[in-house]
Amino acid sequence: MTAAFSFARFLAVLVKEFIQMRRDRVTFAMMIGVPILQLTIFGYAINTDPKHLPTLVESNDDGPITRALLAALENSAYFDFRGTVAGEAEASRALRSGEAIFVVVVPPRFERDLVRGERPAILLSADASDPTATGGAIAALSGIVDGALAASLTGPLQGLAARPPAFQILVHRHYNPAGVTSFNIVPGLLGTILSMTMVMITAIAIVREAERGTMETLIATPVRPAEVMLGKILPYVLVGYVQTSVFLALALTAFGVPFAGSAAAFLVGLNLFIVANLALGFLFSTVARNQMQAMQMSFFYMLPAILLSGFLFPFSGMPGWARAIGIAIPNTHFIRIVREVMLKGAGLSDILPELGALAAIVVVITALAMLRYRQTLD
Amino acid sequence: MSGRAAENGQPVIQVTGLTKRFGDKTVVDGFDMTVPKGAIYGFLGPNGSGKTTTIRMMCGLLTPDAGDGHCLGYDILTESRRIKERVGYMTQRFSLYEDLSIRENLDFMARMYRLDRRRQRVGQALEELGLADRAGQLAGTLSGGWKQRLALAACLLHEPALLLLDEPTAGVDPKARRDFWDEIRGLSDRGVTVLVSTHYMDEAVQCDFIAYIAYGTKLIDAPAAAIPRQVGLATWKVEGPGLAELARTLAGAPGVEQIARFGAELHVSGTDAAALGATAQARAAAGPQRWTRQESGLEEVFIHLMAQSRDNFARDNAAPDGGAAGRRA
Ligand SMILES: Nc1ncnc2c1ncn2[C@@H]1O[C@H](COP(=O)(O)OP(=O)(O)OP(=O)(O)O)[C@@H](O)[C@H]1O
Ligand SMILES: [Mg+2]
Repeated sequence: MTAAFSFARFLAVLVKEFIQMRRDRVTFAMMIGVPILQLTIFGYAINTDPKHLPTLVESNDDGPITRALLAALENSAYFDFRGTVAGEAEASRALRSGEAIFVVVVPPRFERDLVRGERPAILLSADASDPTATGGAIAALSGIVDGALAASLTGPLQGLAARPPAFQILVHRHYNPAGVTSFNIVPGLLGTILSMTMVMITAIAIVREAERGTMETLIATPVRPAEVMLGKILPYVLVGYVQTSVFLALALTAFGVPFAGSAAAFLVGLNLFIVANLALGFLFSTVARNQMQAMQMSFFYMLPAILLSGFLFPFSGMPGWARAIGIAIPNTHFIRIVREVMLKGAGLSDILPELGALAAIVVVITALAMLRYRQTLD
Repeated sequence: MSGRAAENGQPVIQVTGLTKRFGDKTVVDGFDMTVPKGAIYGFLGPNGSGKTTTIRMMCGLLTPDAGDGHCLGYDILTESRRIKERVGYMTQRFSLYEDLSIRENLDFMARMYRLDRRRQRVGQALEELGLADRAGQLAGTLSGGWKQRLALAACLLHEPALLLLDEPTAGVDPKARRDFWDEIRGLSDRGVTVLVSTHYMDEAVQCDFIAYIAYGTKLIDAPAAAIPRQVGLATWKVEGPGLAELARTLAGAPGVEQIARFGAELHVSGTDAAALGATAQARAAAGPQRWTRQESGLEEVFIHLMAQSRDNFARDNAAPDGGAAGRRA
């Protein structure tokens, strides 16, 4: 007589959760407000075009072309010349201390070599520890230089202009050789926001039942664990959708983040990721004894989710043990999926390995949560 | 599904040797009970004696460490889901959703038991409760007594064959308590079995049977009317002037174990009827009060029983606290 899964009881839990969610205005407002707030705050970091970056010059040549070049750099408004340095030691000290973000080195006999067609190199040393700060300037560099040269190489030197690059620009990125691009923060941020709300809110939602004593009524009914779990999780899946929509709308319009790939691939990844987080929250709630503990566990989880997922530090640069932990964290795979899809234009087939990893995580967490969920008060 | 027990005349609850330990503390110890169909079984005992724990084991909310038994013909260890479908359990502490309205709570419970005609049943329950016009009010904003009444209505929705009521009338006003017991009677007449824990003697009197538990051990289990005789407590009623003064001088007198004030009377009781009788006669001769020998009431009996086991587990509870205080000092 007792069906393995009763849709009616699942619906009962679902309806109840929706009503409770609606009544808890503060939490509800936070769930919607957090993505907007976070993205706006991070928006300054996402600002891909910071200008007036402090720059030092070591000019070992003083010809008109060099002067025109430096003037063009300064006019571009990306580089703000703050002075000169003498020698490499002084240059790297300035970079390290943060006195300058760029050091431009014009080699001796630059102009002579240029005229001889030897393609001399201008060295741009950049403090790339904050790639969002330097990325825009570096990207703009070749355009600026081309413009300056076109104006300078006239008359007898016109022949040089016709040939592809008359000189090279060597960019040396210090401190962050990978040069993670600024858009990379978007996938990570979306993952972080979703995790933060999904894990914490589900964890709390179930512990709350135990703390308020309503668990006793709940489990005195014939309800089954799967009905409780699904009924509690589904409303928050919808919250995850709303958060994602708000976040994406803002990211695409206000911050001009591209969306190059397949929306279907994105959706599949998003759903798996949300479910993984909710299951994790549910698991936490079966371990925590009160809402405070559930909160703390969620916070504790957020640390590796932020630090070891490739959000803040390049995944490939981490030591083996850290990568091993990172692999087990849903955020790692979600960040990769979003990065591939939004920035690199990937489709469903490109992200299959990441989807597989997420699915495996979901299965393991769900199984653990169902095992831990107590049908008694013991 | 509708109660295997009902068909073959088995008792509705039959448990033996139920034992529950929390840590190294045995909270319920070898508890046996047999509750016949349609009976109102009172469950008495001092605070912390294990009533709630026992009730929770019977409906599958707690797993016993030892013992077994049947509820409504289903095994309490392996078939608790089936038991839950036929049991209405009213928890001691209000455990409906405070942030749901009255109607939403009832709706939720109706859905949980997959009831047909849900709207109609909920509407009817609201009518009977007298809360129809306040159905939209949040349950958390109800007064204590109304919360109890709502909780009872909620656990009756699915027409259970067995009611487990854990102090259902705590904080309920006398009129509502009377209505409540009328309803319990009515249900019992229709064959519903009721196990109800209470601290009120006027409610204990209404029960067909009473089980008395202290320190997790059942001390008495008998028809309500037979209990005073079983305990063997002699009681004298004292009326007249200067009762307060008399009570003071009586303390410690031969045979006097318990002096309880009942309005304008003093009830003096003891288990040694002869010694108590001698004291009574001596005092009656010496003072202006009138002494009458009377049948011990349930109230005297339970005051007597509870006095013997005043602080259940108090020593166990006090030990760690005392230790902590000592360390802090
Ligand atoms: N979950 C638990 N963990 C540890 N000890 C518990 C737990 N639940 C109950 N106890 C202990 O078990 C004992 C019996 O508790 P129980 O609630 O069954 O008593 P009770 O008879 O219902 O008391 P009351 O009349 O106050 O409701 C108490 O000493 C209590 O401290
Ligand atoms: Mg109790």
